[in-house]
Amino acid sequence: MYRYDEFDARFVNERVAQFRRQVNRRLAGELTEDQFRPLRLMNGLYLQLHAYMLRINVPYGTLASKQMRKFAYLARNYDKNFGHFTTRQNLQFNWIKLEQVPDILQHLADVEVTGIQSSGNCVRNITADQYAGRAKDELADPRVYCELLRQYSFLHPEFSYLPRKFKIAVTGSPNDRAAVAVHDIGLRMHKNEQGEIGFEVLVGGGLGRTPYIAHAIRKWLAPEDLLAYVESILRVYNMQGRRDNIHKARIKIIVNQMGIDKYRELVDKDFEFTKNGALKVPDDEVERINAYFAPPQYEKLEDQTQALAKIRSGDRAFDRWMRGNVIEHKVPGYAIVNLSLKAPGKTPGDITADKMDAVADLADRYSFGEIRVTHRQNLVLVDVKQSELYELWHKLVELGLATPNLGLLTDIICCPGLDFCALANARSIPIAQDISRAFTDLDELQKIGQFTINISGCMNACGHHHVGHIGILGVDKRGEEFFQLTLGGSSDQHASLGDRLGPGLPQAEVPAAIRKIVDTYLVVRQQQERFLDTYRRVGIEPFKAAVYGEESQAA
Amino acid sequence: MPQMIIANRLRDGAIVFLAPNDGWEPAIAAGTLIETEADAARLMAVAKQHEGQCQVIDPQLIDVELKDGKPRPTAIREAIRAFGPTVRTDLTEV
Repeated sequence: MYRYDEFDARFVNERVAQFRRQVNRRLAGELTEDQFRPLRLMNGLYLQLHAYMLRINVPYGTLASKQMRKFAYLARNYDKNFGHFTTRQNLQFNWIKLEQVPDILQHLADVEVTGIQSSGNCVRNITADQYAGRAKDELADPRVYCELLRQYSFLHPEFSYLPRKFKIAVTGSPNDRAAVAVHDIGLRMHKNEQGEIGFEVLVGGGLGRTPYIAHAIRKWLAPEDLLAYVESILRVYNMQGRRDNIHKARIKIIVNQMGIDKYRELVDKDFEFTKNGALKVPDDEVERINAYFAPPQYEKLEDQTQALAKIRSGDRAFDRWMRGNVIEHKVPGYAIVNLSLKAPGKTPGDITADKMDAVADLADRYSFGEIRVTHRQNLVLVDVKQSELYELWHKLVELGLATPNLGLLTDIICCPGLDFCALANARSIPIAQDISRAFTDLDELQKIGQFTINISGCMNACGHHHVGHIGILGVDKRGEEFFQLTLGGSSDQHASLGDRLGPGLPQAEVPAAIRKIVDTYLVVRQQQERFLDTYRRVGIEPFKAAVYGEESQAA
Repeated sequence: MPQMIIANRLRDGAIVFLAPNDGWEPAIAAGTLIETEADAARLMAVAKQHEGQCQVIDPQLIDVELKDGKPRPTAIREAIRAFGPTVRTDLTEV
């Protein structure tokens, strides 16, 4: 777990004191809202439909139990007893009082957490594979490089006023769980022909109004050149980005307008100056930071496959959970345990203060005090002894955190939508709830297999709807909420954007439409083919006919 | 159609409605129903003055309809602001 150094700690505390003065000036009428807005946004404070919303960074999705307890404390004492985990692995509180924000930020600073750069036209929270450092399929733990990038981009004077926000994601595994291809910069660790680990660098991906899958700008980048190369990408963007039009200001627009070859040429030209300079990452600094991510002191254990098989054969519910929510660990005798925040009828990503405390306690008892947040809005305990899985499962069941739906149809990504968000056009949460209530049969969910549904309440796409196997986008048609479906999206290593199925549907018709799509898939799929693979094989027409009727095919 | 003036209160962000005493009330039922354009202009001027005095942020006129004698915003967005998230009616205080 990374700890702030002296500089980080001092700076974050000074920032809290500075913001306290700014809040006081605002409350005293010395600052107008226009003057104050950029100051509050720099600290992650938005004004939403019901109140101020505070967005708190969880760098690369890694949390210490004491940080989770602090979230619980804040939810209980400063909000309405719950928080919401987002697709940037962040936490949002929905009813924050401006006059209490400085105290809240001080509480957060005390456990080395901030809201700085969770908003604004700067480099946002850097996200990573939630299983970083633990996954069996991983090449290397990417978090040391996430942390280097975080430190480098934190209040970087040249990049604090970019044309638009800037999102970076990193994966150390060939199986992309961090959606790197839909980020402004995506970094994939892989080996070159000499067997050296480096990064494939992707650029210009993104969702929102104009979605794009990122282009590879560099096949392999030495880790020591990471900061220099990222700086060159940022510098070219900072110079070329469209500041005249907010809808065309993201890097994806520039990259796709000028073409990746031209963008690469500009970056390489700048990189000639930045590489081998002050930004060359020294080995000792990498080692210093890496030491914070050293694996915990694992016991020397053997895999418990047989013992677990025996329990599983006698307890079907446990077996189902093991199959769905427990992932292989790189260390024998340990397992990665996913905690579902997607129980039927619940709001994806929401968690109460009491459950935050309970998860922190479970992390201390079973997983070396560490918790991960996933961009799919679940939590993870990454270091659980296999011999303790059954005991842990019972506790998770009691907490309602053991819904065995990881990666299945009801493991829905959902933005806050019009129930909370000032930008939204339609309510997304009720759609997620309706779908999760319509598919409660666990046997059926397993039969349907791997399936993602992503829901956004507006085209800004916080719910990643373009890359859901089924994407659902809420739109406003003359004051009524409608929902457009897309099929065939994916954010993994074979990322794709979904295709629009047809005209928007009213809320009441969405669960039935999902049911028709699923039923059609079950008829046309071959063997154990995933929905996504079936879709890619048969195309959109059978699904369109199922939802809109045969006449739609002529339309 | 009658109107009301909605805003966020500066110090805590809470949704408030301009009320008959030129104060701001969290309950929509306590807000002033505006029936004429002249009243709308006059009361918006009051609201803007309060915005300048750092009481509220972004006051806006919204359309409301009366249901069983109680005002309800006609737009979904404003109804959600007035009555809270539809998915957490347990939190509604109004």
